[in-house]
Amino acid sequence: MSDAGPVALHAGVGRGLRSKAEGLAAALPPLLADAEHLAQTVLLGAHGRRRSGMGDEFWQYRPLAVGDEARSIDWRRSAKSDQHFVREKEWQAAQSVMLWCDEAMSMRFSGAPGKRPTKAERARLLSLAIAVLLVRGGERVGLARLDQPPRSGPLQLIRIADALGGAMEAEEQNLPGPDYGAPRGDTLPLHSRAVFLSDFMGEIDAAENALARAADRGVRGALLMVLDPQEEEFPFDGRTIFESMGGSLAHETRKAGDLRARYLDRLAARKDRLEQLARTTGWQFSTHHTDTPAQGALLWLYGALEHGR
Amino acid sequence: MFAIGPIGFTAPLLLWALVVLPLLWLLLRAVPPAPIRRRFPGVALLLGLEDEDSQTDRTPWWLLLLRMLAVAAIIIGFAGPVLNPEERREGTGPLLIALDGGWADARDWPGRMARIEGLLADAAATDRPVAVVSLTALPAPGELPMLAAAAWGPRLAGLEPTAWPPESGAAVAWAESVEGSFETYWLSDGLDHEGREEVLAALEEKGPVTVFESPRRPLGLRPARFEDGQVRLTVLRPDETAAQTATVLAYGRDPSGTERVLARAEAAFEPQATEAEVALVLPAELRNRITRFELQAARGAGAVTLTDDGLRRREVALIAGREDREGLELLSPLHYLERALQPTADLVEGTLPDILLANPDAIVFADVADLPQAEKDDLLAWVEEGGMLLRFAGPQLAASDVSRRDEDPLMPVRLREGGRSVGGAMSWGEPKALRPFPEASPFYGLALPDDVTVTAQVMAQPDPELAERVIASLADGTPLVTRKRVEQGSVVLFHVTANAEWSSLPLSGLFVQMLERLAISTRPASPEASELEGTVWTPERVLDGFGGVQDAGTLPGVDGADLGAALAGEAPIGPELRPGLYAGEDRLIALNVLGSEAVLEPVNWPARVPVEGLAVSRETALKGFVLTAALVALALDILASLWLGGRLIAPRAKGVARGSSTAGAVLIAAFLAAAPDGAKAQEEDLDLLALEATTEVVLAHVVTGDARLDEVAQAGLRGLSDTLFRRTSIEPAEPIAVNLETDELAFFPFLYWPVNPNQPIPSDEAYAKLNRYLRTGGMILFDTRDADIGGFGAGTPEGRKLQELARPLDIPPLEPIPMDHVLTRTFYLLQDFPGRWASRDVWVEAAPPDAEVVEGMPFRNLNDGVTPVVIGGNDWAAAWAVENNGAAMFPVGRGYAGEQQREIAYRFGVNLIMHVLTGNYKSDQVHVPALLDRLGQ
Repeated sequence: MSDAGPVALHAGVGRGLRSKAEGLAAALPPLLADAEHLAQTVLLGAHGRRRSGMGDEFWQYRPLAVGDEARSIDWRRSAKSDQHFVREKEWQAAQSVMLWCDEAMSMRFSGAPGKRPTKAERARLLSLAIAVLLVRGGERVGLARLDQPPRSGPLQLIRIADALGGAMEAEEQNLPGPDYGAPRGDTLPLHSRAVFLSDFMGEIDAAENALARAADRGVRGALLMVLDPQEEEFPFDGRTIFESMGGSLAHETRKAGDLRARYLDRLAARKDRLEQLARTTGWQFSTHHTDTPAQGALLWLYGALEHGR
Repeated sequence: MFAIGPIGFTAPLLLWALVVLPLLWLLLRAVPPAPIRRRFPGVALLLGLEDEDSQTDRTPWWLLLLRMLAVAAIIIGFAGPVLNPEERREGTGPLLIALDGGWADARDWPGRMARIEGLLADAAATDRPVAVVSLTALPAPGELPMLAAAAWGPRLAGLEPTAWPPESGAAVAWAESVEGSFETYWLSDGLDHEGREEVLAALEEKGPVTVFESPRRPLGLRPARFEDGQVRLTVLRPDETAAQTATVLAYGRDPSGTERVLARAEAAFEPQATEAEVALVLPAELRNRITRFELQAARGAGAVTLTDDGLRRREVALIAGREDREGLELLSPLHYLERALQPTADLVEGTLPDILLANPDAIVFADVADLPQAEKDDLLAWVEEGGMLLRFAGPQLAASDVSRRDEDPLMPVRLREGGRSVGGAMSWGEPKALRPFPEASPFYGLALPDDVTVTAQVMAQPDPELAERVIASLADGTPLVTRKRVEQGSVVLFHVTANAEWSSLPLSGLFVQMLERLAISTRPASPEASELEGTVWTPERVLDGFGGVQDAGTLPGVDGADLGAALAGEAPIGPELRPGLYAGEDRLIALNVLGSEAVLEPVNWPARVPVEGLAVSRETALKGFVLTAALVALALDILASLWLGGRLIAPRAKGVARGSSTAGAVLIAAFLAAAPDGAKAQEEDLDLLALEATTEVVLAHVVTGDARLDEVAQAGLRGLSDTLFRRTSIEPAEPIAVNLETDELAFFPFLYWPVNPNQPIPSDEAYAKLNRYLRTGGMILFDTRDADIGGFGAGTPEGRKLQELARPLDIPPLEPIPMDHVLTRTFYLLQDFPGRWASRDVWVEAAPPDAEVVEGMPFRNLNDGVTPVVIGGNDWAAAWAVENNGAAMFPVGRGYAGEQQREIAYRFGVNLIMHVLTGNYKSDQVHVPALLDRLGQ
């Protein structure tokens, strides 16, 4: 290895930078590739607002009405008849979509490590995939973690992937963080769209607040609750001390099996609450399990964003 | 040793630890199983939930019980539990261990030895000197071999039960002669032997006596008797207890000479009966094979009884000269013989050849004069091997030429012509009475009834040997019965008839006795003592104490008087007179342990003598078992604890489990579905080939691996098939390419094998197939396609390859096709066998070396078989080959001559296939002139 020498010389700074860069480079393409691959599975329908407006695509000819500028007349069409026609284009205003992917420690849980992805992995994959889809559709996409306004174009995809890669690295190195995450509603651009990917296991009030703020700002979007099957089934028994991923919360029980029904009740109540919140604020809500394919969730997300338009 | 029931403890103090168990119970009950820590994000939802059941922190009672049991097992295990702990027998001073040592000890001999070992061990523990004495093998009077107990260990192995019971006199004398005082342990066999009281009294004088006795007493078997066509056996037992059954087995050699159980019967004792009788009805053949009876599962010489001649019934064949006198039974030559022999012998009737096959003990000829030479030879051979031929005279014998000039080998003497009659109406003199039998005669000692007279007889020629051959004579000295030894057998002639025509002898009891003496009929079972006097009997086989039959080896012979006394039960058997089989001059006598009058008496010990059981309970250390049980209980506890704590099965989502198990099921189903399919497909392929090859005649060629060569071979055979189809009644189907390795060859009458120098050598299996094919009438045409330029041999690569290929094949010697070979005329008359090349050297199986040209015959007489191989290099396939449109594939030669050569090549092909399919039919035509000639007459 001829180039090992210089690197070794600047060991102090160089190694950290380089290893980080390499790690990033190593993580990025697969994530992006996965996301691209996932996005490929969604067939893009006609992308338009289904009404006339600013845009490149032809929408309709309509007779010239009072108030139309003369330069708006389409002479080629008008020459075929005695009337004057105005050529209208389809309105193709680009939409801003903010993605919030929960990076709290609770998302690092997997019921079967090695066999099933963690919730965070799945959430990142879905985020990037929807970002790919949206960018392909010409929308502006932003990531809450980036603290930047939404932008469009492939470069923005790289940035998003980069940011998600950072989160992935944090997970791999098991860096400490908050136990449960909460979205923020006040940083969203006005009248934009938002996608929240989280397990929503933390305080429900935070989510409630965020949604209320978002609704105030005219933001609509989708809530996707990403859960591990174990969280859905609670297959535990015996004397157990349950701890949160960060260790901040703990609960001891002598017979975990007895708690199952009540836990499931609470989980169902939480889902109901989220559903209700979403309904009142005009959002969409769904649950995704990490043992099911990501395509379904991606389709739902895409549909939910489409639906809101 | 502390003991509870049959279980003792080596360290009983440890059992106090069991007291701790209740404490442990309380302790364990209070300590719940340790919790398991789980990371679980859903804990946020669990906060504030209370457990429903506060009782579950206590260990469940069954788990507690399990743990208690485990701990208790550990404590008990270390306390050293022992099953059946041995009790030491205390005592001081010298010790005599006496055992009866007779056959009755044999049934539980190992148990007795174990008991003695136990007693010795106890004695060793207390340092007592010990003597072990068997009452059947006593030391010299006055001697008592006192040794250290440990020294007896190796000597015990030398002790064996004897076949005879202890001898009363000797035992008493020895017991009284022994000096000193000692304690006695007496291992009794449970039977009351004579003199037991005296021995007991003598031993009691020296010290206390303890008797060990098994509650099971031995069974005995009396000698077999033959009565009313049944073999009767009596089983004896000493004590009258409950009902009991015993199985009697009859042992003997089967026709192959192996000893096996020939018959078995159940004897059932009534309650309160000491005897049980059982009867066996056996065919004579089987009965004669029996050598001994045994009681099943009752070892000991007393449970075995040997059989001797008493049980054997001789097979006697009766043959009369004239059988044609219907209705006159009293005049039948065999009537009196039948009456005399029926009760004591098995009669065989039939023709002489059949009878000789049955190999009877004796054959009786009543007035049979002459026999065909072949039968005579067979009969003589039978006599020489020990047969007994008994002939009676009669009118036929008197009238015949038998043994007139020269002595017939089957007659003891020469006869005078005509015979004589005395005391009749036309003759002088009185009917003759018998003279008393001389001492050398087998009839010696038989009383002569007065009324036995002879009126007619055949006369013996005076000869030098006559005197010694006469064994009975008339009052005037003329021989009445003569006997001649022939090797191991003998020929006896009664000079009178077997019926009452010539004498009144057959009417008398003397007749029966004479037959008995001649060993024609069977003697009464047990001989009289007087009979045995003065004779010496050699033991052939003897019984050992366990009832096994041993070869007598070099045991000395015994005096007949002693034997007679023992048989009559008057003298005891002993080391000098062992029970066994004794051989005398002409008979075998069995001396059994129990005589026909024997009974088994149980012993009654006086009340003052303590009687103990024989049983030795073996110590079994239970420590290992108990500790293992504790370990198992602890292992169960681990499982149960894990289960209780929810750690036995890792929590897993149901969906995943279901998914993987369904995947597994799908995988297994796929395997199951796939495997038989493959096999079936292969079989179908084989069937297809078989069908294709057998529904019509098919020519076949061997796949060589060279695609072009195979194609030419295929085309060549197609061309030949077409030619055959057009010109002959053979209508072959499309030729088949045969792979030697995979295809069955048996379907093809003919294989064309073009030799390819690059061809791989077939495998051993393929060669096995090829050889089988050649042996069963297949033919292979080897074609080196080299025009034989190198001659038949290694000149070309193909030739070398052919040698290599053919080396493992079963190929007979070869020769170039001779002019008169059948291939030259099976369909066309040919002298050349060209293919694409025209070389004359074609080789076939060589004619047999003895084939000769017969004058006036065009062909040699060579009609055997089809040559298995034809070898040549003319590239026939190329000459035969046709394209699909029927045009020839390759040019042959030039112009018209070339076409002519191709035609001859086709003709060779036709001849070849004809030869294969019709064999040597054309060769048989050689015989047609001769056949026609014969038919004309």
